[in-house]
Amino acid sequence: MSRLVLERKPEVTTIERRLFLRQTLSLGALTLLTGCDISDHSSVQTVLKAMSRWNDRAQAFLFSDKRLAPTYAESDVVHDFRYNAFFPVSDVPRLAAANYRLELSGLIGDKRPWTVEQIYALPQQSQITRHVCIEGWSMIGKWSGPRLGDFLQRVGADLSAKYVGFECADGYTGSIDMPTAVHPQTIMALKFADEIIPAKYGYPFKVRIPTKLGFKNPKWVTTIYVTNRYPGGFWEDRGYNWFSGS
Amino acid sequence: MSVPAQIRTETSARNIQLHPLSRRIMHWVNAAAIIVMIGSGWRIYDYYPALPVHFGFPPKWTLGGDFTITEAISNDDGLVNALLWHFAAMWVLVLNFLAYVIVGFVSGHFRRDFLPISPGAFLHDFFAALRGRLGHQLGEYNAVQKVFYWGVLAAILVTILSGLSIWKPVQLQWLTALFGGYEFARVVHFFGMAAIVGFLVVHLTLTALVPKTLVAMVFGRVSDTPHPGNGE
Repeated sequence: MSRLVLERKPEVTTIERRLFLRQTLSLGALTLLTGCDISDHSSVQTVLKAMSRWNDRAQAFLFSDKRLAPTYAESDVVHDFRYNAFFPVSDVPRLAAANYRLELSGLIGDKRPWTVEQIYALPQQSQITRHVCIEGWSMIGKWSGPRLGDFLQRVGADLSAKYVGFECADGYTGSIDMPTAVHPQTIMALKFADEIIPAKYGYPFKVRIPTKLGFKNPKWVTTIYVTNRYPGGFWEDRGYNWFSGS
Repeated sequence: MSVPAQIRTETSARNIQLHPLSRRIMHWVNAAAIIVMIGSGWRIYDYYPALPVHFGFPPKWTLGGDFTITEAISNDDGLVNALLWHFAAMWVLVLNFLAYVIVGFVSGHFRRDFLPISPGAFLHDFFAALRGRLGHQLGEYNAVQKVFYWGVLAAILVTILSGLSIWKPVQLQWLTALFGGYEFARVVHFFGMAAIVGFLVVHLTLTALVPKTLVAMVFGRVSDTPHPGNGE
């Protein structure tokens, strides 16, 4: 599958829909040749990207480190949660606790790598929140794990830096703003629905950020770094809005 | 209807200022913003429909670029452009809408042109319109038109607010709750759009029937001979 799809594509339904879209598209191909859609012109792209950066600032302004994402009841939790990545579920990274190390880099005081056991030893909290995908679907899930903010503090990260970046075992990358990283509901989710998070949802952990869209919640994280230089990310580099708050 | 001759001459040679420049600018800015919002919104809808029915908008009616080109440029198959358009044009739509509503109230445009409306007048004009017997005079709105303009203003307002509530279901969670939660707010947003599209169909049809209204909205003034409805 050449199309790169992550965190926002329902596996099978999307493929059907794409086929439907493409078939309709080829029917309308002749009318499209007149090119009345100006989206791909470079000047239009420049304006759209500038507006996206403006939206980054607007969303950072709207964000409050005190405002919590709404939480839901245990009975609202979806257990058959959607698997979502740009590859089939059979290809998910299967990391073994024995070999796994969480690498730290950038503006972090203590860069010694962490084992799974060490992460599990941190105080944990649970949340039942809504995962909202940039495509429009949403699902309520239960995630548990230590606060990313507590972790960053413990390793001596520069909390006045601008960005926290992630690198993942599947080649995915992402980055968030520091205020979101230290938000009380931003956690390193070791558990999903009270069970150790399975490989398809990001074992050993997924960074769960209920104040951001789904694609800003990286799975299979292998490196966390802190920086003042804009790090971008897998989807962000393809034009998706960087802040993508919810 | 008997009208004194000199008045008839006067009205038949009417050349009045119908729309001040500010209103014309806001109308066309709004038109452009609405078209971009609908076109990009339809593309976004197709990626994960809010309604539980098997229905999608044909891609050629949507805004977001050519699928093949987008894939070649940014390795994405078309959602990204639609989102960029939607969240860029929303600022234009909202700011222009606010300006229009404020100017409408302050200048007296709403009071003069969109009021009063009585249920009796609405019913009378509605059935007259259905029978094709509703007169039209530039610069004066009948009761059906008045209701339609209030209706589309309300539809735009609801669509903006429900849109904000699905854009920021955490930061604006009170608004999302007002629309019945995230999932239901998406449905409200869809039907708000549908109401606007419904208005547009009628609006454009009537403009085609009375093209002078288009001239008036472009140049501000137009000479008009009132044309009464058949038999009235």
